[in-house]
Amino acid sequence: MRLWPESSARAESEKPRMKFPFENRIWDQAEIMPVADRRQLQLQRLAELVARLGSVPFYKQAFARTGLGPEKIKSLDDLRRLPITTKADLREHYPLGFLAVPREKVARIHGSSGTTGKPTFVAYTAGDLETWAQLCARFLVAGGLQPEHTVHIAFGYGLFTGGFGLHYGVERVGAAIVPAASGNTPRQLMLIQDLGAQVLVCTPSYALQIAETARSTGLDPAKLPLEFGHFGGEPWTEDMRLQIERELGILAFNNYGLSEVIGPGVSGECAARTGMHIQEDHFIVECLDPDTLQPVEPGQPGELVFTTLTKEAFPLIRYRTRDIARLDDSPCPCGRTTARMDRVIGRTDDMLIIRGVNVFPSQVEEALLRVEGTAPHYLIEVDRPGAMDEVTVHVEIRPQDFSDKMSQMQSLREQIDREVHAVTGLRMQIKLVEPQTLERSAGKAKRVIDHRREKGLI
Amino acid sequence: MKINQLSVFLENKPGQLSKPCRALAEAGINILTLSLADTQQFGIMRLIIHQWAKAKAVLEKAGCVVKVTEVVAIEVSDRPGGLAEVLEGIEAAAINIEYMYAFTFRSGDKAIIIFRFDDPDGAIRALQSKGINVVGNVGLYDRAAV
Repeated sequence: MRLWPESSARAESEKPRMKFPFENRIWDQAEIMPVADRRQLQLQRLAELVARLGSVPFYKQAFARTGLGPEKIKSLDDLRRLPITTKADLREHYPLGFLAVPREKVARIHGSSGTTGKPTFVAYTAGDLETWAQLCARFLVAGGLQPEHTVHIAFGYGLFTGGFGLHYGVERVGAAIVPAASGNTPRQLMLIQDLGAQVLVCTPSYALQIAETARSTGLDPAKLPLEFGHFGGEPWTEDMRLQIERELGILAFNNYGLSEVIGPGVSGECAARTGMHIQEDHFIVECLDPDTLQPVEPGQPGELVFTTLTKEAFPLIRYRTRDIARLDDSPCPCGRTTARMDRVIGRTDDMLIIRGVNVFPSQVEEALLRVEGTAPHYLIEVDRPGAMDEVTVHVEIRPQDFSDKMSQMQSLREQIDREVHAVTGLRMQIKLVEPQTLERSAGKAKRVIDHRREKGLI
Repeated sequence: MKINQLSVFLENKPGQLSKPCRALAEAGINILTLSLADTQQFGIMRLIIHQWAKAKAVLEKAGCVVKVTEVVAIEVSDRPGGLAEVLEGIEAAAINIEYMYAFTFRSGDKAIIIFRFDDPDGAIRALQSKGINVVGNVGLYDRAAV
């Protein structure tokens, strides 16, 4: 079903208008409170947080070292004097060294997947679980969820926060839930069809897999009863959104969260879809240069750093997410007064600094997607032969991109060149290479070779 | 009337040209004629091969990107002005030539030239109406004696 009359791409390129594809509803009045009032609330909650954190050894030591305490929090700028918390700090205090309440107050424990080393655990009190459900309800309602809807949740229910987080959010709104969990896509399709879900909740890549599986069984995915999709749990591109919307015939919304901060519900899109509204009455967000930890210029991409103002069991000060995104505090046509974050464009781990400009492999991928529809294999090679950094993007030619006409091949190369420049702001050499010539390790493609590292230049 | 041409993408680096040629040689496939177009960054090799379908499979197995395109083989008198006459005929019919290249063998007193048009069918009709001989598959490969 199509709810948005014109293409989303057009809607994105135009200025936000007060015209929504469905009724713009606000779940919680806190979302539209005056900015000055919210800042006052943040300050009050920050001082309370610092007072509560005296019971956490990590923070107690940090406060003692720096002479900071709740009485020193006079303005929100004082946040900058508080210590940074990293994933490594959480690991060092494995499993629950950051717990700020007596163990008997803990109502639930979730964990991150722990692809590198041991998982990290986070704990919730009953109050935290209620906050979390309310935050998920906020973005679900912002993205069109109504009590009469049926919601198909294809997130894993387990230590991962996706399944349970969205589950209780949907429950608060009063919609019906099909807790399908993950796996067995043909069965998921059957459930969506037979139980008539209008709303799909999963990762964006799983939404595409559902469409793919539908097609392979001779079913037109656009004919499924789905109307809305709320996707998160992994970074995705604008092109992927368009593809999902086209294939499933839905409106797709982005939401963001990480277990350390609370899980999904940290931010999510409204009907205007001009970024994800950050729930600033519960979190203070900073956008910092990952090297200097100083704030980036407004509107520039930086590492998001969150302070959890209201969490009881597992509060964190200035937690480094390693996610890179832009912040935007311009007014949103939906009326919410919270700042918005753009989609996550990369991880600090992947970031390249080229001629002083921060660049992510995902940006090059986005440029390739724009030119070719789907991204071919590519490799970014960085070197500094003289004083300047030089970048070559090797792009594997696929049969569908290849033409016997030189003019077409030249124009393909020029288009890639233009898009890479448009997305990254940098000129890179574009080199078309034969297929299957770029290195792949264990199914995952290697995206970057940085000769500057070998030469000891960075 | 139209014949199938194979195009192969080549990276501009040493040894790139010999790889597809070696693969065809090992499969016992003869190349009737070829042309190369190249830039500083990459090249395109275009091949006319009798067993083009088999050749395509062999090249793809060797890791090449291969594209099949329909081209037109035209007889041209092998004397001064022979090509100019044909080109004038094509020009008069307002047909755009993407690129062209010659065969290595002659057909009697005629040379054979491969033309790549955007609309090969329209081009053939126009050429024949002007009395220009378009060489068909059978005739072409017979003359090449393969």
